Amino acid sequence: MQLTGKQQRLTIVLLGLILCSIATAMILAALKDSVVYFYSPTNLLEKQTIPERRVRVGGLVKKNEQIYTKTGVVNLFIVTDKKNDITVRFTGILPDLFREGQGVVAEGKIGPNGVFFADEVLAKHDENYMPPEVAETLRRSSKSKTGEPR
Amino acid sequence: MFNFLANPARFNQVTDRLMPATAGLAGLFLSIGIISALIISPPDYQQGDTVRIMYVHVPSAWMALFIYSFIAITSAIGLIWRHPFAHLSAQAAAPIGITFTILCLTTGSLWGKPMWGAWWVWDARLTSVLFLFFLYLGFMALNKAFDDPSRGEKSAAILALVGFINVPVIKFSVDWWNTLHQPASLLRADGPAIHSSMLTPLFLMALGFIFVAVCVLVTRIKVLLLKRRIRLMRINGGKLRS
Repeated sequence: MQLTGKQQRLTIVLLGLILCSIATAMILAALKDSVVYFYSPTNLLEKQTIPERRVRVGGLVKKNEQIYTKTGVVNLFIVTDKKNDITVRFTGILPDLFREGQGVVAEGKIGPNGVFFADEVLAKHDENYMPPEVAETLRRSSKSKTGEPR
Repeated sequence: MFNFLANPARFNQVTDRLMPATAGLAGLFLSIGIISALIISPPDYQQGDTVRIMYVHVPSAWMALFIYSFIAITSAIGLIWRHPFAHLSAQAAAPIGITFTILCLTTGSLWGKPMWGAWWVWDARLTSVLFLFFLYLGFMALNKAFDDPSRGEKSAAILALVGFINVPVIKFSVDWWNTLHQPASLLRADGPAIHSSMLTPLFLMALGFIFVAVCVLVTRIKVLLLKRRIRLMRINGGKLRS
């Protein structure tokens, strides 16, 4: 079968696109570990990372406790992915959005006792947007259903 | 449709008639959109008034992706059917697309500082959009990198097509990898996660952006058509050829 010039160019463009997509998919799959911005506590425990390597861990804040020392306020909080927890220690000012139940990403190193020493904490907000009144109604209705605050 | 408009004389005729309406709609949607985004719409339950950055940030991100897709499609038409008007429209669209990309990146940065606590992070979403910016830049540079314009537009078209793979990567980056950037609020399985009082101004702004982009695109195509005519006249020694 003899292809006309136009058909030939169409085939080349389509083949090129397909091959480039395959190449990109393979590159991205190979880079999977370095493309993720943070690990979940479960990932981090599985990985058994080298103690001195800087990593980021992300999840929901479970419990936050502040300890007042001579040098300043130390925040000790638990980051969870609902399977595993990790305790994070951070000295400094937390972002405004930081609260229990909020997604956060902490950057730092794992200490020898399994505590994560963070030197930077970023807040991660989710995809939900609503006015305060709607959030309040939602909170109330979920409270009355489960009988306990979220 | 494309073949019909690809004739420069007809393109000018049709767009001249449609231009006032398009410009009017752009002004209308933008003014209603801005008022409802900045004044009428409520603050967010978590982010407060900072959420208003969304009404510029999100439509610019959409436009950046739309226009890149437009460039990729017209580049493919230009390469396969060898149609000069297709390459010309791609060239006309590139500066508009890069402007929306810059708008998206800067508003995102201004939003990131108060909400995340960082102007910039190297997560998959932010990095892939920055890559989109460089693709636009490369496309524009490559178009002008050759003495023979037809070689320039051909190489740029190939770059645009190869870079088109970045568009789905940007879209799904928030699903494929852990990112600091939030996942999609609108195009997601359980429907929009944005309350209707915030969704309306967002759509109004997006419509305004689309009409502005169409106006600028049409004007730029006209200018490029005139430029091409001038070049041909110079080559032909000042004689006007239609």
